[in-house]
Amino acid sequence: MSSSSKNIISIKCLNKVYGSGFEALKSVNLDIHQGEVLALLGPNGAGKTTLISAICGIVRPSSGSITVDGHDIQRYFRVTRSLIGLVPQELTTDSFETVWNTVSFSRGLFGKEPNPNHIERVLRSLSLWDKKDNMLRTLSGGMKRRVLIAKALSHEPRILFLDEPTAGVDVSLRKDMWKIVENLKTQGVTIILTTHYIEEAEEIADRIGVINHGKLILIEEKDALMSKLGKKQLVLELTKRLDTIPSEFESLDLVLSEDQHLLTYTFDSASESHDISEFLIKIQGRNIQYKDLRTTQSSLEEIFVTLVQKAEGDTDEGIKAE
Amino acid sequence: MNIHGVIAIFNYEMARMKRTLIQSIVAPVVTTSLYFVVFGAAIGSRIQQVEGVSYGAFIVPGLIMLSLLTNSISNASFGIYFPKFSGTVYEMLSAPISAMEVVLGYVGAAAAKSVILAMIILATAGFFIDLEIRHPVLMLIFVFLTATSFSLFGFILGIWADNFEKLSVVPTLLITPLVFLGGSFYSTEMLPPIWQTVALMNPVLYLVSGLRWSFYEISEVNVFVSLSCIGVFTLLCLAVIAIIFRTGYRLRA
Repeated sequence: MSSSSKNIISIKCLNKVYGSGFEALKSVNLDIHQGEVLALLGPNGAGKTTLISAICGIVRPSSGSITVDGHDIQRYFRVTRSLIGLVPQELTTDSFETVWNTVSFSRGLFGKEPNPNHIERVLRSLSLWDKKDNMLRTLSGGMKRRVLIAKALSHEPRILFLDEPTAGVDVSLRKDMWKIVENLKTQGVTIILTTHYIEEAEEIADRIGVINHGKLILIEEKDALMSKLGKKQLVLELTKRLDTIPSEFESLDLVLSEDQHLLTYTFDSASESHDISEFLIKIQGRNIQYKDLRTTQSSLEEIFVTLVQKAEGDTDEGIKAE
Repeated sequence: MNIHGVIAIFNYEMARMKRTLIQSIVAPVVTTSLYFVVFGAAIGSRIQQVEGVSYGAFIVPGLIMLSLLTNSISNASFGIYFPKFSGTVYEMLSAPISAMEVVLGYVGAAAAKSVILAMIILATAGFFIDLEIRHPVLMLIFVFLTATSFSLFGFILGIWADNFEKLSVVPTLLITPLVFLGGSFYSTEMLPPIWQTVALMNPVLYLVSGLRWSFYEISEVNVFVSLSCIGVFTLLCLAVIAIIFRTGYRLRA
């Protein structure tokens, strides 16, 4: 996604302080590009749901501004809200309604005239068509989650918020959800999802935002983030046991396994100082033979944990300084 | 205006009535019939005419008012409380629909249900007494205004309530006693003078009196005073609802 992409959502200096005095959002600035999939990561209580709720109009910001497609969300709430579909975190459904009725209700609520063909298309795309006359209370958790997505898509939104869409969902259903997201993306829908599953963000997001303690501590293209913060490891499977790591390699991050058959070299892929081929020549020069080698890259989960720990460390330092 | 949104809420609420047909319609009809049997036939046969009207006919406006008030409040309060309770209110709060349109949908449906019920009770009464309505248009105005104003009140109650007990406490402990003490089943002229004065402080007396005038041209207070009372109450409820939506009270954090 290029930086010149049109911003469909623009958030400036957004703050939210709840009545209890809890600061849920602290000066959040965020631009969301049209057509992208943005994953918001953060621990519980970080402010992800508050941020989504503020954009959708469920929570009133304490200060700051939010525009959707260039329109202020408070002044032009009809325009902005009609562009947005929201799938909430909780499985909130009207137990005694049928799937068809509840999805049709959502379309009407968002100001769209009845369109049975569109509702049918949405239900079929979510494998809900054969359940259309079922009462919601008879559906499984995964099916209810699909109904919530169908409700959010019933009014043909251009922006879709998915607040932890795969929480409590089994693996196959989660992969189905990813397909749905991918399909929506190809239709030009901008998708913002919050998740605890780093694997999910890694799989489907274009950009990653990390929120902690109400602050947006990072927003970055996923691939750039991975290469910038991702550590790579080169693992050599040695043909013979190695007693100790030669002293000339002391400056490198090398670890020898307990059985002395695996030598792991950890390096920063973004750094210009490292050179794997040079390292391998040096290793061979020391007569260290290997029969196999492989490289691994740190996952987004590891990056996320590192970022959150760093942010918390900075906060602690700040508190100490005060 | 989001007319599709208003219609969606209205239809959704009316569908709830269809799903609970026995509770919504059959129960009030049975209750009304019991009132006629007990008050009209058993007790009424021992009471002379009240202000020139048979006792059975005299209590019809009171019974309609009792049903209108309790059903308007419970329909509207439950209508908005249940989405809050189940969490589905997020959808309404994130929809491109204004506060007034939300009120129109919920209160419109609650009032419509109450008016339908009032008409059913009126028809049921026709099986027990000879019905006479001297001012049918005014009677409809009274029924419509009362249903609307108390549905607005119910809407406020539904937003205020944070548990089911609070939802039922106002209709049970406030409205029902006020209706019973508001001249639904007797004329205040039957009371000692001091209690006649106390009865005038009961706002429901003005509603029952106005509706009874539209039936038989007999009333405790001037019919225009009754109409003004409903008008003022309606405006008061609208003002409270406007404040609720402006401040987000118990709706938006």
